[in-house]
Amino acid sequence: MSTRTFRVWRGDDEGGELADFDVEVNEGEVVLDVIHRIQAEQAPDLAVRWNCKAGKCGSCSAEVNGMPRLMCMTRMNLFDEGETVTVTPLRTFPVIRDLVTDVSFNYEKARQMPAFAPPEGVAPGEYRMQQVDVERSQEFRKCIECFLCQNTCHVVRDHEENKPPFSGPRLFIRAAELAMHPLDARTDRRETAQDEQGLGYCNITKCCTEVCPEHIHITDNGIIPMKERVAGDRYDPLVWLGRKIFRKDKKSEQA
Amino acid sequence: MSETANEVERLSCDVLIIGAGGAGLRAAVEARLAGKRVIVISKSLFGKAHTVMAEGGAAAAMGNVNSRDNWQVHFRDTLRGGKFLNNYRMAELHAKEAPERVWELETYGALFDRTPEGKISQRNFGGHEYPRLAHVGDRTGLELIRTLQQKLVSLQQDDAAETGEFEERLRVIDETTITELFTSDGAVRGAFGYRRNTGRFLAIAAPAIVLATGGIGRSFKVTSNSWEYTGDGHALALRAGASLINMEFIQFHPTGMVWPPSVRGILVTESVRGDGGILKNSEGKRFMFDYVPEVFKGQYADSPEEADGWYTDPDHNRRPPELLPRDEVARAINSEVKSGRGSEHGGVYLDIASRRDAEYIIKKLPSMHHQFKELADVDITSEPMEVGPTCHYVMGGVEVDADTAASSVAGLFAAGEVSGGMHGSNRLGGNSLSDLLVFGKRAGEHAAAHAERSGPAELGEDEIASAAATALRPFEGEGENPYELQAALQAVNGRLVGIIRRASELEEALVELEALRPRVANVAATGGRAYNPGWHLALDLRNMMLCSMATAKAALERDESRGGHTREDAPGMDPQWRKTILVSTLEDGEVRLRRQTAAPMPDEILALFETSELAKYMTPEEYQSADRAEAPEAGQEDAE
Repeated sequence: MSTRTFRVWRGDDEGGELADFDVEVNEGEVVLDVIHRIQAEQAPDLAVRWNCKAGKCGSCSAEVNGMPRLMCMTRMNLFDEGETVTVTPLRTFPVIRDLVTDVSFNYEKARQMPAFAPPEGVAPGEYRMQQVDVERSQEFRKCIECFLCQNTCHVVRDHEENKPPFSGPRLFIRAAELAMHPLDARTDRRETAQDEQGLGYCNITKCCTEVCPEHIHITDNGIIPMKERVAGDRYDPLVWLGRKIFRKDKKSEQA
Repeated sequence: MSETANEVERLSCDVLIIGAGGAGLRAAVEARLAGKRVIVISKSLFGKAHTVMAEGGAAAAMGNVNSRDNWQVHFRDTLRGGKFLNNYRMAELHAKEAPERVWELETYGALFDRTPEGKISQRNFGGHEYPRLAHVGDRTGLELIRTLQQKLVSLQQDDAAETGEFEERLRVIDETTITELFTSDGAVRGAFGYRRNTGRFLAIAAPAIVLATGGIGRSFKVTSNSWEYTGDGHALALRAGASLINMEFIQFHPTGMVWPPSVRGILVTESVRGDGGILKNSEGKRFMFDYVPEVFKGQYADSPEEADGWYTDPDHNRRPPELLPRDEVARAINSEVKSGRGSEHGGVYLDIASRRDAEYIIKKLPSMHHQFKELADVDITSEPMEVGPTCHYVMGGVEVDADTAASSVAGLFAAGEVSGGMHGSNRLGGNSLSDLLVFGKRAGEHAAAHAERSGPAELGEDEIASAAATALRPFEGEGENPYELQAALQAVNGRLVGIIRRASELEEALVELEALRPRVANVAATGGRAYNPGWHLALDLRNMMLCSMATAKAALERDESRGGHTREDAPGMDPQWRKTILVSTLEDGEVRLRRQTAAPMPDEILALFETSELAKYMTPEEYQSADRAEAPEAGQEDAE
């Protein structure tokens, strides 16, 4: 057991400041434990969002010493003895209070994402897919919607103006997941990502992948394949020529 | 307090669903498909409900891995797990309908792990005779909640395409807590609550309400449950005049993390055992062979050789005793630790490292691998885990009609963990995800039908003002900090109403709970109304108090041991108690308890079991009914 100094941002949409707390820290604890101790002993109204405390729900996202992290998965032994730990809310989203931000942006973008389209004529119970084929999409379905990728992405992190046309990495892997779903009936996932979700804004800096607590290969396995397919379909001169010569339905018959 | 802060947002709908976990979302899908206007209240953000924590899978007798599985086998396993105290009709509907409910999820976009033939893969789990759990690695709950969340969004998209409004018929209000239900003449009319973000109140008029609020685990210190699990639905039901049953039965999951202290209680999935993991004590002994109870002797192996043989040849070997129902395993671990054979930090060892190769472990148990590595510096592919019992699930809940999920209060329905009866005295792993799908759907369907019959509801100003005053009371309190009171309540339950109980300790618990009551009534909140967790906990505490009272009273009354209720001073099951259900109601602010005789099982249900097995649980009059002799012998349908 030792006493550590925590600097926690306190305030609301009208402003705020860092508040210092000297707080006890025990072996094996994570940042969220310490925040809870501050809440129980010093600041009962300290706002923090959390649920499972096991890295499964993605609720307790914040910035710890400037790094976007899940507080429940950030061990205290990551920091040096005597190092002050500064906890601030996610920067990309509007503050509600203290460490809690308004993440509704992500839910609005999810609503614009065309849903899974079940294959016609396949009854429930008759779905047949190979494990190797579902695994590609399953990687993206590991997403716990902590929105750390959305928070970190430089396209929107300090660029409010990019929010309307840009859905962000969370939704790009959702698009990739559906594009790679063996039985999804839609064929326009990539075009939708490009035209409606703003996939083109991404210039592959991989910041999203770095902060993903689920270690999803957001860029390599999700975004890049989606970009390649879009680019391939649109700008490949042979495909272009093919489009000119054959009608689309004819082309698919030949394929 | 400004006047605008006290203005109450007024909403109305046909079906109000309180809770956005699996049961609530499945109910919402059904009520919306029935053409009703639906509001879903989510205590947390949309998609974060406790269902997300479920790891192992959803039990459904699809027979994809072992074709001998069918609903009758699943039904039998469920009753054995619940020690025959289950509402047999719920268990029957559950076993029959679970496969359809799981298959349906695939049409919403779910991606379960597959068999070589491309069907949904199924894994072994405690108490299930055949591999039965549809799963995605060890993150099945996440798949389930995300699938349902995305289904709701797709229905909203359909509505937007038709009407221009996403929320025309289906609205999810997140980070909102319901504090009161409004009733009159024995029927519900709506609910009152606050939005967490702003602290602003809302009143929702609705002729049909589905409770899908989950459990009560936060009343215990060592728990796998999140902050939301404060028994809200249980308490709302009691205060609305409905009854709770089986509140003495609380499941302590045998394997929670025990070290470091800050993660004590976090769940370690039963899949570790289902996929080959074994339990050992500090002497290195695989101790579960010493704990196979009489009623299960025929189904569980008595030597390591036979147990290990089962994984590859289940037809000629009996199951490993590590896969006994959870209550049995939890008691065994508790007993080993008490006898001084525990691990360094007061648990026992769960070892899969010496049994399976690293690649297999990481493939089958990715989130366990991650969880132990990140939180405990333990690599489960090379070292054993330290585990011990953790409060996990309440079998007790709102007394409902099996077919309709309706409570005794007109218009009030309950589904999932908040309902009681389905699991009897102990729930089998995997039966929770299937329960919430089966009965979530039924609750949504029947709530919609009820709304159709009863027409719109209206709320009065006085009742709203009164609910607002109650919700604001903690700001006037001069009493204690809610966190201290919660710790005090958790201490009483953990010490006196835990995994092993005694009459004297339960009496002491009731005295201590009684002493806590005025302190909870006087709890104080400081700060403002916007996103104030202290205030929210202050309001949740009274629900936790009510549930704790119901549990302690019922636990004292039931002087036998069964499933998730173990009385050291009354060991063993009593056939008279098997057919007796303890019912809790609220009268003048006091929890009252009465005994109720369970409905007798009809002959066609009794016929699913061998008479010799029934004799272990029932009185002779129950299982020796006149026409039993002509009933088909149990097991016959397996051969079909």
